[in-house]
Amino acid sequence: MKMSNSYIGRPMERIEDLRMVRGRGTYVADVNRSGQLYAVILRSSVAHGLIRSITFSRALELPGVKLVLTAKDLGAAVPRIPVRLQPLPELKPFHQPVLADGKVRYVGEPVAIVIAESAAIAEDALEYIDLDIERLPAITNREQVEAAPSVLFEDHGSNKAITWKAFLGDADAAFKVADYTRRERFQIQRHTAMFMEPRGFVAEWDADASNLTVWGAAKLAWNNRRVLAAALGVSEDAVNLIEVDVGGGFGSRGEFYPEDYLIPAAARIVRRPVKWTEDRREHMMSSNHAREIECDVEIAVGKDGRFLGLRGQIWADIGAYLRTNGSMGPRNVAQFLCGPYCFDNIDLKCSMLTTNKTPSGSYRGPGRFEADFIRERLIDIVAKELDIDRLDIRRRNLVADSQMPYRLPFITPSDSSNELDSGDYRAVFDRCLREFNWEEKSKLRGSLIDGYYHGLGIGCFIEGGAAGPKENARLVLEVDGSLSVYVGSSAIGQGLETVMAQIAADATELPIEKITVSHGSTSDVKDGYGSYHSRSTVMGGSSILLAAEKLKDVIRATAAERFNCSPAEVTIDGEEIRCAGNRLPLSTLSAEPLEVEASFYNTKHTWSYGTQAAHVAVDPGTGEVKVIDYLSVEDVGRIINPLTLHGQAIGSIVQGLGGALLEHLVYDAEGQLLTGSFADYLLPTASDFPNIHSITLELKPCPNNPLGAKGAGEGGVIPVGGVIGNAVADALSHLNVQPLELPLSPPRVWELIERARQQEAGLS
Amino acid sequence: MRIQFELNGEAVVADVESRATLADCLRDNLRRTGTHVGCEHGVCGACTVLVNGDAIRSCLVLAVQVEGDKVVTIEGLSGDELSPLQAAFRKHHALQCGFCTPGFIATAHALLTNEPNADAERVRDVLSGNLCRCTGYIPIVEAVLDARVHYASGENKS
Repeated sequence: MKMSNSYIGRPMERIEDLRMVRGRGTYVADVNRSGQLYAVILRSSVAHGLIRSITFSRALELPGVKLVLTAKDLGAAVPRIPVRLQPLPELKPFHQPVLADGKVRYVGEPVAIVIAESAAIAEDALEYIDLDIERLPAITNREQVEAAPSVLFEDHGSNKAITWKAFLGDADAAFKVADYTRRERFQIQRHTAMFMEPRGFVAEWDADASNLTVWGAAKLAWNNRRVLAAALGVSEDAVNLIEVDVGGGFGSRGEFYPEDYLIPAAARIVRRPVKWTEDRREHMMSSNHAREIECDVEIAVGKDGRFLGLRGQIWADIGAYLRTNGSMGPRNVAQFLCGPYCFDNIDLKCSMLTTNKTPSGSYRGPGRFEADFIRERLIDIVAKELDIDRLDIRRRNLVADSQMPYRLPFITPSDSSNELDSGDYRAVFDRCLREFNWEEKSKLRGSLIDGYYHGLGIGCFIEGGAAGPKENARLVLEVDGSLSVYVGSSAIGQGLETVMAQIAADATELPIEKITVSHGSTSDVKDGYGSYHSRSTVMGGSSILLAAEKLKDVIRATAAERFNCSPAEVTIDGEEIRCAGNRLPLSTLSAEPLEVEASFYNTKHTWSYGTQAAHVAVDPGTGEVKVIDYLSVEDVGRIINPLTLHGQAIGSIVQGLGGALLEHLVYDAEGQLLTGSFADYLLPTASDFPNIHSITLELKPCPNNPLGAKGAGEGGVIPVGGVIGNAVADALSHLNVQPLELPLSPPRVWELIERARQQEAGLS
Repeated sequence: MRIQFELNGEAVVADVESRATLADCLRDNLRRTGTHVGCEHGVCGACTVLVNGDAIRSCLVLAVQVEGDKVVTIEGLSGDELSPLQAAFRKHHALQCGFCTPGFIATAHALLTNEPNADAERVRDVLSGNLCRCTGYIPIVEAVLDARVHYASGENKS
């Protein structure tokens, strides 16, 4: 009888936990090389200015200082960091140089790098570098972008980069005939991933072999190897990027930053290993920021409550440079503002504005968190004004199962065709209401209990996943019968080792204990694509499935040769091979390891989807918003590991609550970052949101990959701003308070309440 | 400066700069890298270790301040088998990237050693001094509550 594994779908405890809970993980700051030196970066303290001079001779005199590099020391052309996603030629003027080149454009921009015998000496040396900057007016908001008292990029001449356009049908015609239209402005604050392990690298140049090894790769090792090798002028084969344990990513870590070039380049010059670890203040001003947008959008609705159209203008503040994935958030806001609802007519523009702030990039649910706040708030406003039940208006407009696959808006200047793959959106919506006990809880709506007004909020979302073009896996059946799995996906804390081992174990029918998963390092597979856009399980997992089929073919062929039979006669039953009356343990099949490689190609995204509901209580005296209860119901097609999936869902929701209620990267008018520590930038803590629940379903498997899985893990964060905004509006409905800006911090909510009261009293 | 203290039950000697923090001393001088440094300003709690039984932030203490003290790090709280707290963290999926985990385990160990019957609110309150960006904390609180029984029975003294 053929043995069959069923690791997929089981809440397997994680393999990686065994080292991590004992402090035996190896994060990049734990990597030490013999004879290593330490790097520290001199960063601009001025938001916008011309560099008159940098004098560092006194720094070099400090005992222990080995090297100082400025842009002038990097040769005629300072390397600039290419855009990874949507690398349009019109974005070239906005690429960031690895060291400020004649001009500084944000506080925190790398100006020089110091290499010394210890990090402390290198930090001391910063004090001895004289940096003379002629200040220019800082551009920190949209009004200044328009007024343009200065421009960031003189050659380009404007503080506007490009404009994304999302379109479908004929929006203007739809608005002309609509029974009702509603226009509103919304704003979402700058905040970001803020993973717990600071970024870092250890780089070592082997002069004899002319090759480079860099520890600290994450997310995109192969892409970054290409960029680094080109910038250093060496072949890709001479560069090995190694992924060690990674302390969180959420879209921000692993993109190519200036330090990705600077640390290896310094190591090549000093011919000794160089180690760099950023501190938290540096992290807050140097790693990608995200989410800062404002918009003026309009919705058209029929008298029956049917959505007819969406149009308007969005402005995204991308900061001082266009980073590797800096277009994703702005692009996504425009393309996914419609979310899981039918809008036949769309005309949305999103303009990317450059400002003297830290450059921005993707953060979990890029553009989607923003879009969902706008859309779900707008829907509640419309429902209230049309006196239609807000649940009914959503049910009426959710894309129906029968409409799948469903076309999403086109997007220019770089189209990526998108269509929703499958789903029963209404079933999940109703399941959420039922599980949340919406009807019962509704009795509390608007009531004042112990000084708090109670309210409920709801919102729906879609989560794109499984970006192509492909992922690669290499399987090696070792001579002892164990299986080594190498995959181009990257671990950023999501439990990749365990999930990939589960998939490999089922595919090969080997016990999971016999499987070792390696990932994320350029030595693992020839080319890898990494972990972003909720892609690793679908893409990496599917490539492992394909490779496992190939491995079985090789095993059959090897056994057939040995037993002189045809491969078709060979049966693989777990760790045993049978053929023409012979039985053979896998561990004695071959004197050589058996190796196969496979690629999974994908052009279609997966679309997880769901509904979230919140019960909040608002203190009108202080503006505090308490989250009494929160539920997310999401369909992910197929669950590989319920334990890790559930964990990511909860974690993602809490990140969303941080964005909705707490987190804000604040700048002053001079472009100084005012929130440079965890005392100023408020992350959720253990006591903030104790009542979060998540239900994940396997209702509609994805039709476009062999696992049937849909990318998941980002989803939780996406609708949270909208859901909380709606719940706060519901709690304060007697005052007709409509939150249009995030975060809903106590001062902001208090102000909304006060303004509403004054209006009510006729004082305004 | 030369300092001496007890680390995970063994006497250690380290030559440190007077400005070195305990975290740097543990990680750089003594190569106990299980203690992680997440913010260096005493907020995130990733660097939490036990000094004479108290959970403290090793980034806010100078190495010279622990002269003669008993210091226990995550390495000292670990053996061949997972401890009850470690097993509970694994069971409840109370870690994802794992970077904050040693600090949480040190904090929770100190709490449960002193208050083995701490209720959920007390656990949440004490853990609110440590930051985790992955889990949303709920599984961490569940794990700590689950491990209480092993402390109440007195089997987990260290």
